[in-house]
Amino acid sequence: MEGTDISWWSVLIAVIGGAIRVSTPYLFVSLGETITEKSGRVNLGLEGVLVMGAMSGYATAVLTGEPWLGVLVAGCAGALLSLVHALVCNLPRVNDIAVGIALFIFGTGLAFFLGKPFINPSAPRLPDIDLGWWSASPQVQSALKINMLFVIGFVLALGLAWALKTTRWGLVLRTVGDSEEAAQALGYNIARVRTLGTVAGGFLSGVGGSYLSLYYPGTWNEGLSSGQGLMAVALVIFARWDPIRCFYASLLFGGATALGPALQTVGITANYYLYGAAPYFLTLALLIYSSSPKRALEGAPGEVSINR
Amino acid sequence: MTKSLISRRNFLRQSGGMVTAGAALGALPGLVAAMDNVTVGFIYVGPRQDYGWNQSHWDAAKKVAAIDGVTVVEQENVPETAEVEKVIQSMIELDGARVIFGTSFGYWDSLKKMALQYPDVLFTHIGAIWKEGDPANVIGYRGYTEEAHYLCGIAAGRMSKTGKIGFIGSKPLYFIYNNCNGFVLGAQSVNPEMTCNVVITGDWNNPVKEAETTNSLIDQGCDVIIANVDSPKVSVETAEARGVYTCGYHSDLSALAPNGFLTGAEWNWASGVEFVEAFVAGDSYPNLKRGGFKEDMVAISPFGDAVPQEVRDEVLAAKQGFIDDTLKLYKGPLEDNKGNVILEEGEVIENTDTPFKLGVDWFVKGTTG
Repeated sequence: MEGTDISWWSVLIAVIGGAIRVSTPYLFVSLGETITEKSGRVNLGLEGVLVMGAMSGYATAVLTGEPWLGVLVAGCAGALLSLVHALVCNLPRVNDIAVGIALFIFGTGLAFFLGKPFINPSAPRLPDIDLGWWSASPQVQSALKINMLFVIGFVLALGLAWALKTTRWGLVLRTVGDSEEAAQALGYNIARVRTLGTVAGGFLSGVGGSYLSLYYPGTWNEGLSSGQGLMAVALVIFARWDPIRCFYASLLFGGATALGPALQTVGITANYYLYGAAPYFLTLALLIYSSSPKRALEGAPGEVSINR
Repeated sequence: MTKSLISRRNFLRQSGGMVTAGAALGALPGLVAAMDNVTVGFIYVGPRQDYGWNQSHWDAAKKVAAIDGVTVVEQENVPETAEVEKVIQSMIELDGARVIFGTSFGYWDSLKKMALQYPDVLFTHIGAIWKEGDPANVIGYRGYTEEAHYLCGIAAGRMSKTGKIGFIGSKPLYFIYNNCNGFVLGAQSVNPEMTCNVVITGDWNNPVKEAETTNSLIDQGCDVIIANVDSPKVSVETAEARGVYTCGYHSDLSALAPNGFLTGAEWNWASGVEFVEAFVAGDSYPNLKRGGFKEDMVAISPFGDAVPQEVRDEVLAAKQGFIDDTLKLYKGPLEDNKGNVILEEGEVIENTDTPFKLGVDWFVKGTTG
């Protein structure tokens, strides 16, 4: 085949471009889940929150013509849905994992139900930032078309890492998440901190959903999310509750998603189901790797129910 | 489990066996009594307004619902698993459906199984893979969309500047091969140098992967994209945003790409109306119905503004060729993309040669993938 080296170059470009394009929902959901888990709770319902955010954001953009308003509404819808999780989990002897699964199913079901009228219309998309102007190659230009939400997500990851480490509320959040007794002794309202943590996580996940529906792939239908919300929860464990590592892990997952299509377009078609399964395979492999019995889960909040 | 949950499932569990046993005895009187008011069930694999596959069936469902005395019940998002059998059961036993339209390819085995269980119910399947020995109350019908893809290919071949076009397929099934071959052969009929990159996504519906695939193909230099997935909406919109041409599939997508839309390959499932009418009237019906433009079972979308008049004329002339049966899709000399000779010079495959088309598991020469 002629031009093989050009093809390999373009696979690389496609994987990098794909990593940037596909990673944003993972990034937002994993940052949200990091906040929630740092407060000592697991919200497995973020897949439902993501889908709900995607639907409400798309619907808002269709109705008002304002994609950024859609992002805001998506965040608020996610926050509201997560508030349900937080309030239910504040009740005594409620298992947050079980509530999360219920919320997952409820959120997707509600979004499918309310989203029926919005499958057909087209919504305006969020604008790009063109960072590839310096290159003559249209491939590079397209790969470096970056969405504002990706940039916001990156800044948010840095900010969150800093805030968790050095600010007062970061410390409070970590205390509540690490030891209920200590937090109680210090006089913090545990339920309130956790409620706020869960709601903030839901807001970010909702925004992550709006990226799916308003930018990439930029549509609303019932197959829109292929489990990004669930994988992002697994990704948090792999990233050891560290926002910066969440960013890298999201890029990795995005690149894995882009690998299959990129290889097929240059004519490598063997085992495409395997490439297609790459993100899921990666989730499994990373979880197995990070759950080795010889190492403790460093960085894991002490009160998170998977550690108790 | 509380008492309030005695819904369809429990009802089915308890009554299923009894009704099945009674079905054979009660079939004939039940059939006559049901004729005044026939309930028809439509089962979709996704949402019915998806700008794609399911929407093309929903259009047919609306035509069926317009028949006097026919009520349509529908269920969306039914996966291709044992789930569809439960849905069929509840449509038959709770809604009294007498005709079931199973509108996804993977329902086939379930439809055959249920057809044996409910011999007085008519089942239709869109794969048109019915063969002698399968239950008589099953109909397979399907349009030869490869003919419509051939026409899209002509437009693509005329409009492409790079000489490379892209085809996105969902699953490696015979009709995906045929559609792709039609697309490529159409393009090569106007420009023998045309090549095509093919990507199989492995899913009927996976918007992220479809967008990613569309971007990858464009990065490879393909400047006309057609997507054979359940809803080509994402692919069409992505290609439009990247400034390349697209062709639609399933239903009319021209509104999604005002600049780059060429034309599209569409179904005409309205033949389903004939089956219901024949069944209601007690007439006979064919078990297998296939056809292309000649039998009015496929169509093409309205041309986009980008397509100049001489290209439109060329496409419409080819369409007339299919209608008159003067234009054959597969004719020799024909090689596949691995160099195997498929047809010798002078060999011609009839457009209605379904057995040949069912056996197609190769891409024509000039295709990468």
